[in-house]
Amino acid sequence: MITFSEIETTVKRASKAAGFSWGIAEEIGKSIMSLELFGLPGIINLNHYLKKIKKKHPKKITKIEKKNKTDDKELCPIYSGVAFLDRCLELEKLKSLKFYNVSYPLLMLPFISRASEIMSKKILVQFDNSSFLLNFDKSIFSKNIKKQVHSQAKVVNIEFIENKNSFSEQDWKQLYKLSEETFVDESDSLKKTAAGAGLTDND
Amino acid sequence: MSKINIKLRDPNEVMKLSRLGSFHQSKLSFLRSFIREFKNWEYKRSIFELDKDGYGTAVYSFEKNKRNYSLICFAQYINPNERSDRVIATKWDASFVLHDGIPTRKDINRLKENVPKQEIGRMSYKELTLSRANKSVRVFDHVVNSLSSGNQPDKNLLDKVGYLYRTTAVYGSGKFGLADRFRIKNRKEIYGPFRLEMMLVYLVRQFTFDQVNHIAKFKNPSKAIELDENIARSLGIGNSTGLGMAPFIVNHPTLLHKWIYNREKALKDIRSIENVKDDEFVFFKNCLTKSRSIIDTWLTDSEYQNKKINSLKSDLIKFDKFIEKDCSIKLKYLWNTIYLWVEKNLNEECIEYIVSMMMEPYDKVTDPLIANMSSEEEQYFSIPGHRKVSGLKTILEKKYQSIIKINFKAKNSTANFWFISKNKEEPRVANRYKEHGAELEQPLAIARDIKQLYERILKTNQSETVADFLLNNDDLRHVVRRAFIADQFPYSEIQDNTIGASLMPIDMLRLKLSFFGAVKFDPRSDKWLRINMYQGAPLSHELKNSDDTWIYNSLN
Repeated sequence: MITFSEIETTVKRASKAAGFSWGIAEEIGKSIMSLELFGLPGIINLNHYLKKIKKKHPKKITKIEKKNKTDDKELCPIYSGVAFLDRCLELEKLKSLKFYNVSYPLLMLPFISRASEIMSKKILVQFDNSSFLLNFDKSIFSKNIKKQVHSQAKVVNIEFIENKNSFSEQDWKQLYKLSEETFVDESDSLKKTAAGAGLTDND
Repeated sequence: MSKINIKLRDPNEVMKLSRLGSFHQSKLSFLRSFIREFKNWEYKRSIFELDKDGYGTAVYSFEKNKRNYSLICFAQYINPNERSDRVIATKWDASFVLHDGIPTRKDINRLKENVPKQEIGRMSYKELTLSRANKSVRVFDHVVNSLSSGNQPDKNLLDKVGYLYRTTAVYGSGKFGLADRFRIKNRKEIYGPFRLEMMLVYLVRQFTFDQVNHIAKFKNPSKAIELDENIARSLGIGNSTGLGMAPFIVNHPTLLHKWIYNREKALKDIRSIENVKDDEFVFFKNCLTKSRSIIDTWLTDSEYQNKKINSLKSDLIKFDKFIEKDCSIKLKYLWNTIYLWVEKNLNEECIEYIVSMMMEPYDKVTDPLIANMSSEEEQYFSIPGHRKVSGLKTILEKKYQSIIKINFKAKNSTANFWFISKNKEEPRVANRYKEHGAELEQPLAIARDIKQLYERILKTNQSETVADFLLNNDDLRHVVRRAFIADQFPYSEIQDNTIGASLMPIDMLRLKLSFFGAVKFDPRSDKWLRINMYQGAPLSHELKNSDDTWIYNSLN
């Protein structure tokens, strides 16, 4: 079995050889390792993408807006991902973003996943029929991944999920009530000897 | 509470290569902390299946609370022409792997097919570290011949070499299929850096003693005797180290910071002691005396190293006079007085030697620091793109003040480049203007790239965000990341030019090796050196009763 350390090192070198700068290559190394750690096909998608751009290196994205297109044929998932990651705190106010015609969109995921950790917000990513819930870079919950290699997505939707509970007030009350059964009723004598008893805090 | 305000030493001085290349082993060194951590584990030799010539398989282990680490050794015959310390070698006298748990026969058979092949073999996640070693043939044969004739070997010869075997690489952390660090990093006993590498080397040392005894016994069953324990104890394991180690300290900035910071913190805390106790001062002087007797066994043909050794020896004479004449425990802040005198009057080699020695009486200072010498590097990888360029400029001016003064237009400042060799995938350094390959340079010219970053930033709108700056300057992304790390971790960066004409790569190796706890630095060129590890260390059956000053046990 190839180790994650070997994956990171080799991906970094291969990405540099494919024309990315060392700093971006470092990002790609970490990202592909992370995809593989989450059980997603990072190596396969990267191999295809690096082969595709061998003759013509992709254009860099110049800024990130609510809707992102390129006059080049396709958006590069790496440059888009890195630019998104670097700006994630300022992008939060947009609530959702779209990237059109993204090559190998799976390669963008780990950057968004890291952004989720930096922003302390879950992020939902959807392209075609697949969806991915990115949880603070701790896990990626995926649905409907039909193929291992996804060469292009017409639209990648990114939505910042507001921090809210997945359960109702009622659910919480029910659970809290049960937790109270671990508490001890305080007697009067216990109250008298508790920390701070008899003192005034107006000192 | 200290009444004087001792500060940590300035990274701009400590992180210069000449200073880092003068570091010595100390109580913080990894092989010493390994022994302290594992001295109460159960040591066992569970398999020893060698033939009459000492070839075959052996297994050694440490066990405690149902956790077991096993060293599997494979010894084989090699043609003397094939014996080479260079990383390009393909055969070794012995090869070793540290297995997580008790290996089954199936595991041993699998590893027998792979471990002797080293880099071209494949290990599994159940293996933790990998190494190989060659005999010091003149010493090994002499010891076997002596023992088999019923005599102990010549101590003078052993004194000159100091080991029976020399390792030529020790690999860990996910290389060649070995377990990734994240799989095991939460185990408390191996939280110290390189602890499993240190365990491997310690157990290899025991194997070398068992092997010579075994061969001698077979050679002459009626007359052979075992190697005297005092002699065995005075032998370590040699190591030949090349440039492979150098990029490590550049590529792991937060880890480097942790090593240096804790050393600096120990020094600061010791200098801040107001009243030094008599037994502490006596302990320091005893360690110093014992240690000095070993300096005479540091033999090398290297002019560079001999200069350092001679400087150390002559400075220690000056230091003796100072200690005798001007130092007494009646002085408040005695260690601070000593340190200030040393810094003012002695050379770097001796300054750092005394710094190491000052730690000796103070377990209470060093013990809490040991557990803080690893780093979760991933946490510091992301670049804060929302920060302003002006902030980055301030960081560069503050944290790289001597580096941004270097003139990189001068050819001498860019004389070298680092690359990875195709045949062995190992780091190398070469002259940029004489050799080919500079276009494939590794990102290890940090000083040059930081300077370039600074120059570009001066021409950039200061209110721009770092994210915007990176859109047009992603060729410098790797150093932007480093600058933000250096802002949090002041000892994370070598404050020197790693591609200049005057670069001595062995200074980078020495820094790392000193933290390992290596002694007897013997440079064979400016790019590789030999060292010794565990010389004087307790033998495996002595571990439980050992104390931490074993490093100063001299041959005699």
